[in-house]
Amino acid sequence: MQQSNKLSPFFENLNFDREDNTMVINFGPQHPSAHGQLRLVLELDGEQVVKAYPDIGYLHRGIEKMAENMTYNEFLPTTDRLDYIASTSNNYAYALAVEKLLGIEAPRRAQVIRTMLLELNRLISHLFFIATHALDVGAMSVFLYAFREREFAMDLMEDYCGARLTHSAVRIGGVPLDIPSDWLANMEKFCANLEYELEHTYNALLEENRIWKMRLENVGVLSPEDALSWGCSGPMLRGSGIAYDIRKEEPYELYGELDFDIPVSDLNDSYGRYRLYMAEMTESIKIIRQLMPMYAKTEPQLMAHAPQYISAPKEEIMTQNYALMQHFVLVTQGMRPPKGEVYVPTESPKGELGFYIKSEGEPYAYRLKCRAPSFFHTGLLQEILVGTYIADVVTIIGSTNIVFGEVDR
Amino acid sequence: MRKYVPKGNVQKQSYYTDRFHVVPTTPRTEVASDAIYAEQLEKLSAKVEVLSSRIELECMVVEINHADNFQAIETLKEECGYAMLSEMSAVDYLAKDGNFEIFYQMLNLKEAKRMRLVMRIEQGLAIESVVPLFKLANFAEREMFDMFGIVANNHPFMKRILMPEDWEGNPLLKTYPLHGDEFASWYEVDKIFGKDAREAIGPENRDEAKIERYDSKRFSRVGYEVPFGAELNAENETKTEIEYSKTFLVDYTKGETKQLKERK
Repeated sequence: MQQSNKLSPFFENLNFDREDNTMVINFGPQHPSAHGQLRLVLELDGEQVVKAYPDIGYLHRGIEKMAENMTYNEFLPTTDRLDYIASTSNNYAYALAVEKLLGIEAPRRAQVIRTMLLELNRLISHLFFIATHALDVGAMSVFLYAFREREFAMDLMEDYCGARLTHSAVRIGGVPLDIPSDWLANMEKFCANLEYELEHTYNALLEENRIWKMRLENVGVLSPEDALSWGCSGPMLRGSGIAYDIRKEEPYELYGELDFDIPVSDLNDSYGRYRLYMAEMTESIKIIRQLMPMYAKTEPQLMAHAPQYISAPKEEIMTQNYALMQHFVLVTQGMRPPKGEVYVPTESPKGELGFYIKSEGEPYAYRLKCRAPSFFHTGLLQEILVGTYIADVVTIIGSTNIVFGEVDR
Repeated sequence: MRKYVPKGNVQKQSYYTDRFHVVPTTPRTEVASDAIYAEQLEKLSAKVEVLSSRIELECMVVEINHADNFQAIETLKEECGYAMLSEMSAVDYLAKDGNFEIFYQMLNLKEAKRMRLVMRIEQGLAIESVVPLFKLANFAEREMFDMFGIVANNHPFMKRILMPEDWEGNPLLKTYPLHGDEFASWYEVDKIFGKDAREAIGPENRDEAKIERYDSKRFSRVGYEVPFGAELNAENETKTEIEYSKTFLVDYTKGETKQLKERK
């Protein structure tokens, strides 16, 4: 224990009493660059990290436990609280898993809207990444510009579903709402604006910025073998030269029909990953632009027709007795999916977000496991940080793009 | 006599089940129906004993003995091309079958194929850690240990991960109540103020739906409104008359309605 007096004050986070001349410091859980609630115990030799131990669980809310005590539809808004930067991706991953278990498919218009929302959420999440990553490294103005664009994207989400952060914009079996009348025009305006900003603001500020490159190049080098072994996914995996995108390899929703590229970087470092995020935003804009003309060609149906599992549209409930009875049973008791188990992976902005659902035929899931990409990217920190300097720690944490809502669940 | 409540599974149960309801099963096919899966299964069954196998919802599910887990995953990784372990965890079947089910969800990147390795294990037995094969298991096995109490042998750091180090009980067991057990309700009081403070503070209530009848700080009852923070009990609670807006009390049948000339 330290004896504090005026000459040697008490340092809560520092422990100088080690024999091997190393120092242990506590990074977080209230550190502004800790991306939420990450506590990192770092053992330092001078300025070099000798050992890193990520301590998580400060945001643990027992979401998997809650899933066992809620009906399938009740649980959907809870998934907003996983990756709260891009809520619709979580809603969608969960809804898709349940739909696969039920054996139903969303109608075409719902698919178009969902895919558009997913890509919009990817843009929101990637803009947030660029903003916070640049802020962590010290580029303050990028943060302000990127958050401005993110506000416009969140306005679009608000126009669609009324919420800016916790959307719940997807339902099991489809989407709850059709898009508002001028939404597509606004979306096109947003895409055009973002495309311009990407080229003229973010790229101009960062791409060849000497300080940015010095801080990012050869920092957080992750070999392809380690990326596979640690179960990395999303930009972390593609940043290590492995071209695997679930949207392309195991297409779900409309991704099979769309024409887009998967950017891959073999730089293996933080700079490569940053370039990936920028390239992915361009691809997302490309996907949204392809989806917009598809919308007009679809029928107006928004929810799948499966009376056993999904309530009928409002008009039918209000006019037909049997639809009302079905709706009553589905609301009070919940749907009873078939007995079985399913694992459905989706490509969320952070990586592979999958839901494993074990159903025993009851209205409550017997077991639900959320495979969150950030959880394993946090585990990776204990290895990737060793040997780096303390100034790079923040860069590497920022580069993994972890969100604590889904790490701790 | 009171109704007997089973203690093995205290999770929420459906309050009503139609007695004619027949639970369907998800569509399952033989592994032989898919050439790639069949070949992989053949390689796997040459190394370890395969108890059952099927393709369920585009994913091969293979059941093996829990003692073979390391060798099975090694075979899948080296020979069948499953270069990535996506996820592993357990399912609690203690109340139903007296054991846990452990699953390993694996991904073959080249063929874009997924398979799940499942095994049953009795409570108290440990499983062999697969950290030497997949470093991802480092966190995944710690989480399984934290949530179910299943130990992984030869794990480099077998500690709790999400719950605090000094926590008692495994939250994802079916016997563990949603709002926490006795230990959970005293955990923070004991830790911050000490056990002596238990009487003064009281147990923690994790039921967000609970409403205290005489709590005037967070709730107010319609018709019994009192100032914020007023001391309330059964004796001093007084009823306040509710004054409804007159517009709601107009009897339309008598034609007493009046049109507003301008917006108020």
